[in-house]
Amino acid sequence: MKFAVVVFPGSNCDHDAYHAVKHVLGHDTDFLWHKETSLKGADAVILPGGFSYGDYLRTGAVARFSPIMQVVARFAAEGGPVLGICNGFQILQEAGLLDGAMLRNRSLKFRCEAVRVRVERADTPFTNLCQAGQLLTLPIAHGDGNFYAPTDVLERLERNGQVVFRYVNAEGEPTPDGNPNGSLDNIAGICNEARNVVALMPHPERACESLLGSVDGRLILDSVVATIRTGANTAETVGWAFRAGGLEQRPRPT
Amino acid sequence: MSDAAAAAPTVRAKVFVTLKPSVFDPQGTTIAEALHSMGYGGVEDVRQGKYFELTVRAESTGEAQRQVEEIADRLLANPVIESYRVEVQP
Repeated sequence: MKFAVVVFPGSNCDHDAYHAVKHVLGHDTDFLWHKETSLKGADAVILPGGFSYGDYLRTGAVARFSPIMQVVARFAAEGGPVLGICNGFQILQEAGLLDGAMLRNRSLKFRCEAVRVRVERADTPFTNLCQAGQLLTLPIAHGDGNFYAPTDVLERLERNGQVVFRYVNAEGEPTPDGNPNGSLDNIAGICNEARNVVALMPHPERACESLLGSVDGRLILDSVVATIRTGANTAETVGWAFRAGGLEQRPRPT
Repeated sequence: MSDAAAAAPTVRAKVFVTLKPSVFDPQGTTIAEALHSMGYGGVEDVRQGKYFELTVRAESTGEAQRQVEEIADRLLANPVIESYRVEVQP
């Protein structure tokens, strides 16, 4: 089992992800500089959090054009498991591999705290060790995590069961007070139609050791390990409905 | 850059990027509230956006317009949340 953690200029949670999968989970792991044109045999790819290209234009907007994203798009199209965390989520949206876009947090404040999320779907490679409805405590750290999608896209995400994580209150209900950034429908994480590309704003890699306050993030990272080992959820077993990915395939609103 | 492009005249382009009307703009809302507290009660709405100035070598203003619109669509704006307007001056 081999992980790849992609490093863009400005990624600053790359070492957190590397530490979690390499040292805590104990798997072979490579950093991949964004100029690379190969995943070097990785079984799963993590796009980590941070501020790729300083978020100078828009979060994830410039990173989307990095050479490695061509490779990630191809890997995703073939059914390979890809996890986007925070800025990695934003990059996947800009690349057209996931729907929607992130707006500035409704409060305009950078939010850095532990939040509660509910696992909505256990049928993805990153949640198959969870139960649907299970509550996880994970940290967030973002200023632009306010998930937005046009109404028709939002309806499609809900209808297809592509909402994977939702922010909830202490009782597990998706209420406004459980929503740290104003995300539509309390959405904290989604997947693509084929379910192999998953992204969330909270940081599971920072919740893998009890010293850090929560080990709930291990469920997400261990899930993909279970997926790879059993062969479940891969392109061969699920087939994939993923439309041709690639840098020039960003869907245009009509 | 090709020789032809290097020899082409310079065209100045302005790109205005704004959040779509359907998208909530928390920065614009905060600015509007500040203006109200400053006494500008007549300000009904503020939308914050981005403004870019590009200097482009192109054979014609039409070609510059085409290029800059493509640039705005691919990079400067995210069509999921933003709309853009391009103004080209010879």
